[in-house]
Amino acid sequence: MALKLPIYFDHNATTPVDRRVFEAMTPYLTEHFGNAASRNHPFGWKAEAAVEHARRQIADLLGAMPKDIVLTSGATESDNLAIKGVAEMYRDKGNHIITCVSEHKAVLDPCKRLGEAGFDVTWLTPDEFGRVTPEQVAGAITDRTILISIMAANNEVGTINPIAAIGRIARDRGVFFHTDATQAAGKIPINVEEMCIDLLSMSAHKIYGPKGVGALYVRRRNPRVRLRCQMDGGGHERGMRSGTLNVPGIVGLGEACRIAGAEMSDETARLTVLRDRLHEGISASLEFVTLNGHPAERLAGTLNLSFAYVEGEALMMKMKDIAVSSGSACTSASLEPSYVLRSMGVSDELAHSSIRFSLGRGTTIEEVDYAIAQVTKAVTELRELSPLYELAMEKNDSAAAT
Amino acid sequence: MAYSDKVMDHFSNPRNVGSLDKNSSNVGTGIVGAPECGDVMKLQIEVDDDGQIVDAKFKTFGCGSAIAASSLATEWLKGKDLDHATELKNTEIASELSLPPVKIHCSVLAEDAIKAAIQDWKRKNGK
Ligand SMILES: Cc1ncc(COP(=O)(O)O)c(C=O)c1O
Repeated sequence: MALKLPIYFDHNATTPVDRRVFEAMTPYLTEHFGNAASRNHPFGWKAEAAVEHARRQIADLLGAMPKDIVLTSGATESDNLAIKGVAEMYRDKGNHIITCVSEHKAVLDPCKRLGEAGFDVTWLTPDEFGRVTPEQVAGAITDRTILISIMAANNEVGTINPIAAIGRIARDRGVFFHTDATQAAGKIPINVEEMCIDLLSMSAHKIYGPKGVGALYVRRRNPRVRLRCQMDGGGHERGMRSGTLNVPGIVGLGEACRIAGAEMSDETARLTVLRDRLHEGISASLEFVTLNGHPAERLAGTLNLSFAYVEGEALMMKMKDIAVSSGSACTSASLEPSYVLRSMGVSDELAHSSIRFSLGRGTTIEEVDYAIAQVTKAVTELRELSPLYELAMEKNDSAAAT
Repeated sequence: MAYSDKVMDHFSNPRNVGSLDKNSSNVGTGIVGAPECGDVMKLQIEVDDDGQIVDAKFKTFGCGSAIAASSLATEWLKGKDLDHATELKNTEIASELSLPPVKIHCSVLAEDAIKAAIQDWKRKNGK
């Protein structure tokens, strides 16, 4: 089979809509265009039935009840609603929130905002693999703590956190536990009961659904979580999120959840083989390559590598047939390299040299082999150009000579 | 971000990549930038007895624009006398390469590297 270029290795950024998802959605854009809140005619009933079907599909993926699912515009909104919603509702009970510095901005920034509004935020630092330990969380809880927000899996390095153990601690101490599962839902097994999760954010576009739609799981019993809504209006979604429901998007999210759940174990096995082939292939042909992230507790499709002596943006420019992303500062306006890698203790130099490959449903073995060759060629060429590589080689030679 | 054709050209076919003997008295070496900041440029010039730059080489760790800026700098330096070389401005490099505002620092670094190389040659030659 001929290789189609460029190759997409950026599935943690977003994914294409799965054909099956697309087909499930289209009737709700045209024929079944009703407003799910229209109670008095079949157009509304049809839309409402589709939303409720999707709600069940989403709940099934998480081991939740359909009524626990609040539909949103994506994970950013879900994170904001969970964090600010709890903080504002339970302010009388306490003003302390625990989170981690390597979270996505959609969690960091709401927490920062609350910090400015008088909340006390504890920012945990992950270990060298990007993990937060249950002990760290336990040690940070005070009698003023109302919320713990720790992501299920990190978007940059793919490291999976010990969510069940953290959830257990939160439950035992009577603190609500929110997890940003945007990268984890549909990729690793999640069960909100077994993992003592009280709030969970997710997004359709990371799991082959459409952009601009997501969900927040909100526990309704044992214990019940109440939220101060962030979007005032018609009182949709049991008053937690007003606004006419995005019916085709929600249908897409539901179908995306169904497929992800049904294919999870096979897809995880397949992606693990491909990801490790990519890693081993690159490591076999290049020196000075280091893995960022946990060696084992990591999403099957994510491979974040640092190529010493080579700058990430230049490397992406050289590999013009491969779409990846980098923690190099040159890719951001801030001139600072990835805060996630820095929080794990990766040096700024190696953070500038990092590339994230994220594989997905469409990735083939041919693409992986092509990428190995491209990466090897590009890194080799750029090292020929690198004064740092030259310096390292000179040191090496003189060390060998003595 | 899209790159200008000239950046792409210098990046894909960098001119004058390599190293001159840094211990030679007619070679001036400038190394500027820092690995933690994501840019390091090494620029070298070889100067003849008449004060003319007869050769220039570079090696750069940095983004595509940094590589292009240093490649262009070596191209411009070759054949110039030191007085003219000293006058080279980062703005000329930036405009030749159509660098966007976030990449202007790459041209500044190239100017710094030129200055440092000339300085090194002058120091060696007691000028
Ligand atoms: C971990 C994590 N949280 C939140 C988000 C934001 O998701 P959305 O694009 O649906 O707002 C992303 C996506 O970039 C993510 O990876």
